[in-house]
Amino acid sequence: MAFYDGVFDALGLREWCDANAESAPMSMADLLAQAGGADAEASGEVFPFPSLDNLNESCDRIGQTRDFTANIEDGFLAIKDGLKIVLDPLTQPLSWMLDGALWLFTTTPWWIIVPLLIALTHLVARSIGVTLFVAFSFLFLGAIDHLDVALQTLSIIFVCTSLSVLLGVPLGIAMSRSNTFQRMMVPLLDLLQTLPTFVYLIPLIFLFSVTESKLYGIAIILYAIVPVIRLTDLGIRLVDKDVIEAADAFGMTKQQKLWNVQLPLALPNIMAGVNQTIMMSLAMVVIASLVSAPGLGVLVLRGIRNLELGVGIVAGIGIVLLAVVLDRTSKAALSRIDKNHKVH
Amino acid sequence: MTDMPKIRLRDLYKVFGPNDAAMMAHVRAGMGKEALLAEHGHVLGLQDINVDMQAGEITVVMGLSGSGKSTLIRHLNRLIEPTAGEILLDGENVMELSQDALREARRTKMSMVFQKFALLPHRTVLQNTATALQVQGADKATQEAEASKWLERVGLKGYEQRYPSQLSGGMQQRVGIARALTAGTDIMLMDEAFSALDPLIRTDMQDLLLELQVELQKTIVFITHDLDEALKLADHLVILKDGAIVQQGEPQHILLNPSDPYIEEFVSDINRARVLRVRSVMGPMTDEGFAGDVEADQTLEQLIARSGGDTSHCYRVVEDGVPVGVLDMKDLVKALVPRVSSAETSVK
Ligand SMILES: Nc1ncnc2c1ncn2[C@@H]1O[C@H](COP(=O)(O)OP(=O)(O)OP(=O)(O)O)[C@@H](O)[C@H]1O
Ligand SMILES: [Mg+2]
Repeated sequence: MAFYDGVFDALGLREWCDANAESAPMSMADLLAQAGGADAEASGEVFPFPSLDNLNESCDRIGQTRDFTANIEDGFLAIKDGLKIVLDPLTQPLSWMLDGALWLFTTTPWWIIVPLLIALTHLVARSIGVTLFVAFSFLFLGAIDHLDVALQTLSIIFVCTSLSVLLGVPLGIAMSRSNTFQRMMVPLLDLLQTLPTFVYLIPLIFLFSVTESKLYGIAIILYAIVPVIRLTDLGIRLVDKDVIEAADAFGMTKQQKLWNVQLPLALPNIMAGVNQTIMMSLAMVVIASLVSAPGLGVLVLRGIRNLELGVGIVAGIGIVLLAVVLDRTSKAALSRIDKNHKVH
Repeated sequence: MTDMPKIRLRDLYKVFGPNDAAMMAHVRAGMGKEALLAEHGHVLGLQDINVDMQAGEITVVMGLSGSGKSTLIRHLNRLIEPTAGEILLDGENVMELSQDALREARRTKMSMVFQKFALLPHRTVLQNTATALQVQGADKATQEAEASKWLERVGLKGYEQRYPSQLSGGMQQRVGIARALTAGTDIMLMDEAFSALDPLIRTDMQDLLLELQVELQKTIVFITHDLDEALKLADHLVILKDGAIVQQGEPQHILLNPSDPYIEEFVSDINRARVLRVRSVMGPMTDEGFAGDVEADQTLEQLIARSGGDTSHCYRVVEDGVPVGVLDMKDLVKALVPRVSSAETSVK
């Protein structure tokens, strides 16, 4: 006799429960009990939690927890093919972009790509200090033979942050225009930001093959796009009401208002979002090496797997260096914009 | 009244709140602002506004904070939608305009100057000034030529390439005015345009506005909470209280004949000698001996200075060389005392 038998009898559900009464597969507890040879009830708790497994003992109609888990997996596998048909072509360009950027960054000779990147830094940051620091960092990475992996990491970050901005800014604009849309998006963004990154790697692995670069591309973008969306929305909502009113009074169309007033005035906030997006894609690109993303993360992973302390630490230093480089550069660009936006 | 007024507001009502149309029944039944707020949670912004604004005149709307001045001026270009009533612009009902037509009207008929300047911080003074033309899609050369012209006119030549944050408040508001003028519209809406400026600069700006007005003859709607400013600028003065018009008319007339204790209180602190003009206090033409001729436009202060404080004289008032009336210095002295006290003396 199981603990909850009485409950089902009292509710008059006995017949329903026993309708197809071949004995269910035994649960782990049953097996253990059998193996131990002890009476299940005697060793059981006085008042067991009404969990699926415990209820199953009294009523076969109620599934065990392992059925529940299996159902979720089956459900996911059932929709997987449908999802793939839609998602595969949609995300295919991402694979091409990532592979293309990787190819570009790794096949271009170092004496072209490194000066180019340093020049780019100078262009966006306009700060001698930052440019010198970036140049030094590349030299250092080169000197310890980590330049190629660092460039792989950088190429992924370039692609993923560019796409995050391209998708995130319009989403942020849409959120700032509609309170309903904002209310719908906020929980989703909260979810993306709080979910441990490993959790959404799992469904992605089922959906896409691990050999495709879009797998890690999607993981990085999902994780890193949040701040740029949020801060675009915030930045536009914070634009001085008087200035918006002036734009209306001079008969600007919605488009004119967006390009002439809202985006330029929200730019400092948007850039702060871009800075965070860059930093978050760097964090994620390291984790994404679990699903075959190339770059410094692979070395860190090797350090962990094979307990090669030195390899892990040196790669870690490389990541820190990249983080500081990216942060300084984007912050310098941000403060340059801020200076032009000093409000009266 | 022969001419069609440039702007005509008819039976305009504004109730703020989610259910404003339903509140109109209460408002028409005579429910006041406080009662409406207490019983129905709606704010009565404007009630029963009827104003005619003539072309080429400065209409000043005056009232204390919260009286609905900003609400009123924002109805003219429909930045705020009225709950009931009509807004006629050159005889055309603004309420019936489509979104496109409304945008066109905002571009070509009305421009606005704001209390907090509302300039675009990321654009130069020149680009800010050219806003209206840029919105209308004029080519760059036209934009810059027009904008420079008006910047020079408001005294900002040489500042074209600066950013607003590099200018003082007074200069920023000059940019605001130049921006409105560059739009080339007949109507200029000015919401407390000078309130954020310190008194000296404020006087400068008032003079600038009057000087421009002589030449440009715009239809200006000017909002202020300052009676001195109102009296200095107004051709037509509208006084608002709790969203309703208490009195409107020729400013000197309001000053001499306040219709309401609220207005009496308002006008009692004014330096009347400086504000009142000879025309407003003169009597009809007689043939007595005159101590001399005075211009109808002169202020009483100027006349007192001229007479040396002697109240026994009479002056002949001339306008454009034609005699139009007589000013007895005793009338002048009486006019200097607010009506409350003059009413008391006449009771005795
Ligand atoms: N969007 C709104 N919702 C609710 N009430 C409003 C709104 N806008 C204005 N009001 C109310 O309408 C009244 C008039 O406001 P308005 O801004 O027109 O006053 P004002 O005369 O311009 O005052 P100030 O001199 O302070 O600018 C106030 O009581 C204000 O609280
Ligand atoms: Mg106001």
